[in-house]
Amino acid sequence: MEREPSLLEQVGAVARRSATDAFRQRALLFFPMLFPLILFAINGSALSKATEIPHFPTHSYRAFLLAFPFVQGAMFVSISAGTSLGRDIETGFLNRLALTPLRSEAMLVGQLGGAFVLGCVQAVVYLLVGFATGVGFASGAGGVIVLLLLSLMISFAFASLGGLLALRLGSGEAVQGIFPLLFVTLFLSSSTLPRNLIKAAWFREVATYNPVSYLVEGLRSLVIQGWNAQALELGFGFALALAVITIALSRPAMRTRLART
Amino acid sequence: MRRFVYVTRAVAWRSIHNTVVNPAILVPSIVFPLFFLVAFAGGLSRISEVPNFNYKPGYTSFQFVFVFLQSAAFGGVFTGFAVARDFESGFARRLLLAAPQRSGIVAGYALGAFMRWLITGAVVTIAGLVAGMNVDGHGVQLFGLFGLGVGMNFAAALWAIGIAMFLRTEQAGPLIQMPVFVALFLAPVYVPLPLLTGWVHEVSRLNPVTVVLEAGRGLFAGSPVKVALSFALIASAAALLAVFARRGLASAERAG
Repeated sequence: MEREPSLLEQVGAVARRSATDAFRQRALLFFPMLFPLILFAINGSALSKATEIPHFPTHSYRAFLLAFPFVQGAMFVSISAGTSLGRDIETGFLNRLALTPLRSEAMLVGQLGGAFVLGCVQAVVYLLVGFATGVGFASGAGGVIVLLLLSLMISFAFASLGGLLALRLGSGEAVQGIFPLLFVTLFLSSSTLPRNLIKAAWFREVATYNPVSYLVEGLRSLVIQGWNAQALELGFGFALALAVITIALSRPAMRTRLART
Repeated sequence: MRRFVYVTRAVAWRSIHNTVVNPAILVPSIVFPLFFLVAFAGGLSRISEVPNFNYKPGYTSFQFVFVFLQSAAFGGVFTGFAVARDFESGFARRLLLAAPQRSGIVAGYALGAFMRWLITGAVVTIAGLVAGMNVDGHGVQLFGLFGLGVGMNFAAALWAIGIAMFLRTEQAGPLIQMPVFVALFLAPVYVPLPLLTGWVHEVSRLNPVTVVLEAGRGLFAGSPVKVALSFALIASAAALLAVFARRGLASAERAG
């Protein structure tokens, strides 16, 4: 009698298929990685005068901005994850998967595997670009590892959000339509200036209530400040909260989606 | 000529009708420039305090001109997406068969892009005024800024239509969008050209969009600079891109 695969093995199998699928689509891989780098290259230089604003926390705007591509890349990961899950819903693959003995948790988390691998590749590329452009880490080698961990957690959290959107909306195209809204949350955060230096009071208020600010600030603290426990707690905390909430909401959404189709 | 006008009018009407009745098409083209205006004029206004930043009407006006011209260029880009979608759905092939004068198709899409931008440009202007931007230029100068926007819209539309007709797939989206986006952001977006440093300053200095942007900001501030040069650059770009779009159409005709 054959042993039933463990949950981890089931997740691994679905994740392997998801990762292979993600890497087969070169365009989907290339553009999300390139776009944040272009913005980093342009804004890193074009906004360098911002360091002359009194009390700006660093002399290098590139170091200040390095967190930006990590979070923007994670947002692209969410679209990638959502689009691919949406396609699986549209083509009926998810329904066929539901006929197998796979557990729904394995289906859910495994489907995000491709996006997660994409997030890993992106994080390493952004880090290397940061080093190549002369960005140093105030927190040292340990900080680089923590930054990668936080970045992966953020990618996973956004991938889960993409998955939830796909399950709720049922199509990849609809998920793509949500992307501008995610992009807005990044620009309405402290991604380009520290919160205390934002002049418009309403903008500062929005940035303070925007969780994306804390994701950016957690990553940024390792680059320009060193070890800032509060920034890291908030960064990891918000990333974890986003992942937990979206996965918790995805489970009933998955049940409804499978029942509906 | 009558057949050209007939096709142009029909394609433009369909283009603007599709935009207006479909929120999924209309909303992003309005939201994107608005969000750039909010993010740049609101979030980065402290940048105006860096030494030697001199733009009399203020930072909101400084950013408004960029966003106004950007919305014009993206009005053209979004039309390119629509052309690509028409090819994927098979509509464009039927249009090629039915149109008695095919160059009217390019002109129609370009006219559609202009009408689409009229909506976006109006919304961005209202948002700028609501945000309290100062307008120092007089009527003729503001009309000059509008003229620059029309030129940017036309040139970008011809580029986008050309690419969409050459590739005939929605996957051409990044190729349509990216060069326009990069050209716009390699102009002095956040600070005037003399305050840019490093490689961006060098690239900006050579970027034709910089001339158009500086002319636009000058007109808006009531102190025009490089206006004739910017119109000449736009006219040259539009002439070149018209040939490019016509070749795109020929390629689509050959593909059948």
